[in-house]
Amino acid sequence: MDTMRERFFAVTTELLDHDPRLAVVLADISTDGFAPAARRHPDRVVNVGIREQLLIGATGGLALAGMRPIAHTFASFLIERPFEQVKLDLGHQGVGAVLVSAAGSYDWPAGGRTHMAPGDVALLDTLPGWTVHVPGHPDEAETLLRHAAADGDSKVYVRLSAHRNDAAQPVEPGRFVTVRQGRRGVVLAVGPMLDAVLAATEGLDVTVLYAATVRPFDAAGLRAAVGDHADVVLVEPYLAGTSGNAAHEALADLPHRVLGLGVPREEHRHYGSIAEHLAAYGLDASGLHERIASYLW
Amino acid sequence: MTTAAIIPQEYGFRDLPHLMALMTGDEKHGPAATSTLDALWVLYDRVLRVSPAMAGDRDRFLLSKGHGPMAYYAVLAAKGFLAADVLPSFGSYDSPLGHHPDRLLVPGVEIGSGSLGHGLPLAVGTALGLRAQGLTNPAVWVLIGDAEFDEGSNHEALAFAGAYGLDRLHVVAIDNSSATHGWRGGIATRFEAEGWSAVTVDGRDHEALYEAYTAPHPGRPHAVVARVEPKNS
Repeated sequence: MDTMRERFFAVTTELLDHDPRLAVVLADISTDGFAPAARRHPDRVVNVGIREQLLIGATGGLALAGMRPIAHTFASFLIERPFEQVKLDLGHQGVGAVLVSAAGSYDWPAGGRTHMAPGDVALLDTLPGWTVHVPGHPDEAETLLRHAAADGDSKVYVRLSAHRNDAAQPVEPGRFVTVRQGRRGVVLAVGPMLDAVLAATEGLDVTVLYAATVRPFDAAGLRAAVGDHADVVLVEPYLAGTSGNAAHEALADLPHRVLGLGVPREEHRHYGSIAEHLAAYGLDASGLHERIASYLW
Repeated sequence: MTTAAIIPQEYGFRDLPHLMALMTGDEKHGPAATSTLDALWVLYDRVLRVSPAMAGDRDRFLLSKGHGPMAYYAVLAAKGFLAADVLPSFGSYDSPLGHHPDRLLVPGVEIGSGSLGHGLPLAVGTALGLRAQGLTNPAVWVLIGDAEFDEGSNHEALAFAGAYGLDRLHVVAIDNSSATHGWRGGIATRFEAEGWSAVTVDGRDHEALYEAYTAPHPGRPHAVVARVEPKNS
């Protein structure tokens, strides 16, 4: 099975063949994956070198010229480093783009803090109008990437990760999927957190919702799931509580409780593996079981 | 929004001080306010293929130095993009004319600017995007200031554009010696080192500006450094 990132290369290479509006902008990351596409479409696959401000600025310029640009690098360098470019060169200019990241919050723990971006979705939450997809499987990534490329001139962030679930869910952009139904509360699993959430809630009488799109937040889906018992646990693969405001807004006229689980804000100065980091953050099945069960019971 | 087609183009260079006075109430402007005036006028009057009616095939002018845009608004009014009677509203709540320009509010403005160092990267992308669509006619021009040139994003863009041979890309750098630490050897040397064609001229001399703007530069992007009186003299 390929990774989400490999699927991104394959799908985008195919899309470039069929949609002359599409262009890919790179900053030396993933140039191997796009080498065949660059040979076929030299004017529409551009590597600007290790220049992330230019990566986003040039993406904005391509959009101003009428193209549908797709910009890609690691999340730390795509959202956090050139954040003012994301704010001004896309949003303020009134143009859109597809930003596709890799590495996320903990994909390369041996690389340390410099390559961890658990704040990317929270940062985008400070800006209006961004759609944020967090697929949990390469098949979902493909569905969401195809949708993003064809989604007019909208501003879309697709957050790809090496962390994934075993099986794909039937995702639709902007809709939560009900994976399991129960009566004592709702656990919303975002993207690659689903497998651990399903294992953690085995035997618990809870509803498990699945989100591969977190912005816009499917408020109607969450409301329908909570019924008259509005206890909600969010399990996200980035900063804990990132979707807290969205959940509170969805339930604003109900008495409710929301617990946000995710990557802690504190720097975690350890290297190692994805599994070791998830365990340290309390995001493996046993850590999640303990926190979810004590919150809902 | 103003319907540009019905505005007669009745203003010349000598009308610009009056148009600027509509915004500032001052017929005599400091060097900073007018540092871009001559460079902008020669571009809009004699070089750029832009008009209120032109669509995708037009030249693109990106004002990156969005500070002190009165000269820019005056030129846009003189060339029929704006009605002169909008100018007195400069900076007021319902005005389209802010102290930094906004492309979604002002006809003829290609980018919203004010935060320094965004125009040249945007211009690089615009040049790439036009080329990818087979539009080889439009020239892309971006105006920056010498202090704005301090921003690292400009250096990312100029190194890339030189290496990539983006020959439809043009920079006008207004040099009024306002950069805190200056640029040893002059700004043009930085462009030349990255493979650009570059020329430095008197930014008040219209013939010299025109000649510099229209100098051939096959296979290379082109920079015109327009020197004007020092901001703090």
